[in-house]
Amino acid sequence: MKLKKNIATSENGFIFNPATGDSFSGNAMASEILLAMKNGDTEAQIKQQLLQKYEVSATQLNRDWEDWIVQLKEANLLEAAIYDSK
Amino acid sequence: MQKLVYERPYIKKLTAGVMNKFGSRSGGKPFEYIDNVPVKSLIASYGSPLFVLSEKQIRRNYRAAYRAFSTRYPKVQFAWSYKTNYLNAVCSIFHQEASWAEVVSGFEYRKALGNGVPGNKIIFNGPGKTADELLLAIENDSLIHIDHLEELNQLIILAEGKANKPRVGIRVNMDTGIYPIWDRFGFNYESGDAWAAILKVINSGRLQLAGLHCHIGTYVQVTGAYGIAAAKMASLALRCKAELQHSIAYLDMGGGFPSTNTLKGSYLPGTDTIPTIDDFAEEITGTLTKAGFANDELPLLILESGRILIDDAGYLLGTVIANKRLSEGKRATIVDFGVNVLFTSFWYEHQISPAQEFAPNMENMVVYGPLCMNIDVIRESINLPLLNPGDNVVVHKVGAYNMTQWMQFITLRPAVVLIDEQQQVHLIKAKETLDYIERDEHVPGHLK
Repeated sequence: MKLKKNIATSENGFIFNPATGDSFSGNAMASEILLAMKNGDTEAQIKQQLLQKYEVSATQLNRDWEDWIVQLKEANLLEAAIYDSK
Repeated sequence: MQKLVYERPYIKKLTAGVMNKFGSRSGGKPFEYIDNVPVKSLIASYGSPLFVLSEKQIRRNYRAAYRAFSTRYPKVQFAWSYKTNYLNAVCSIFHQEASWAEVVSGFEYRKALGNGVPGNKIIFNGPGKTADELLLAIENDSLIHIDHLEELNQLIILAEGKANKPRVGIRVNMDTGIYPIWDRFGFNYESGDAWAAILKVINSGRLQLAGLHCHIGTYVQVTGAYGIAAAKMASLALRCKAELQHSIAYLDMGGGFPSTNTLKGSYLPGTDTIPTIDDFAEEITGTLTKAGFANDELPLLILESGRILIDDAGYLLGTVIANKRLSEGKRATIVDFGVNVLFTSFWYEHQISPAQEFAPNMENMVVYGPLCMNIDVIRESINLPLLNPGDNVVVHKVGAYNMTQWMQFITLRPAVVLIDEQQQVHLIKAKETLDYIERDEHVPGHLK
């Protein structure tokens, strides 16, 4: 689970993939997670930070995380073939 | 430290394309109350899914429709179309508002009698009346609208020796410029079949031709079609007077007026395109008053509206079961009501609202019902906020046909409640049970 290196993100949720020219907008939570992913934080670290900061249960977060990864995969923003690894 | 409000992470691809002339939808509100009763409390008390009807809205619709016609024409009578929604509580509201009953089967006919409707205020339509049912209608002095020659001949036989001639009407079908022409019901105007049927009734000497009936289609979105229909009906009535010296007491223009639901495939929402009841009233009454009837011989105008009087008074409440992503990345939400209880989702793009606060992001999704059937699709494409399992949704404008055409299939049919004008909630049909479904089943002894 690693973002492609060349993906550009901004703090207000704008995401740009220079390889394909695709751009995306994300909500605040999406930009926070993307920032952490760019910093190289692991899934466990990111989830831990979110659980501490936000009013959300681990169950809900895990469920949404799975959907989040599907979204990134669908948007072609993850490094190929490694999105299943931890 | 107080924790911050969480929102599910979400990204959306930006596509540069043509501008959307309708603009983006912003600031949609959750639909939390029906007639000031909280949606959540209704589900807590009666379960999910749940049909909810607003008595206030039903009466408002009826009065608006009656006013639209009665302010333009001196003699107007509505007859509640039972097949649209024949829950006894619903029928009783319309009967309290002085509506007659319009029924299309022996089952509906007996239901109307059970609801206390006098026999002479029941209109009996439809192509499938049995001899027993016709006899019952004759005994009750109901208005029998004849659909085909077999029925006409049968009525002539049944009427033999009766002290009072049965009161009948001829159902007339015609070309009103809309497609399809509903020529499967009644006798055709253009071919002369309708006139031949009128002659046969008069010449029989045993039947009393009280009126003429038509019903040109359903969800008719052009008022002009009703103008053409009214003109043709009036011409038949005037010809009866001129050639047979027989006055037609009433013209029944049927129903078919659309609600403001959006039909599938429509470019614009129904609320923007559907004519109002006043537009239809203007067309029909304008045509009739100018048709050439003597002032004191204007026939009674009967209307058999169903859908327009109740569709927007009905809501279906439901609960989100799960979310998933389809193979191409599109979001899908599974809810606890399927097409078996929301029959109209086959032809309407039903509006669906979340029943609780939601995040501002919308996502395009498919809404599936809970049935293990591929056809169980409530909405093929709808923009909704991100819903979580357990969240409640409200489907709008479901009052017509769903509570009669619903099917016991895979799941049981839900309860129906009525919110009265004092905002009190009444259970008007209990949730179906396994016992109820199996009550009349029999397993042969050798299989036990």
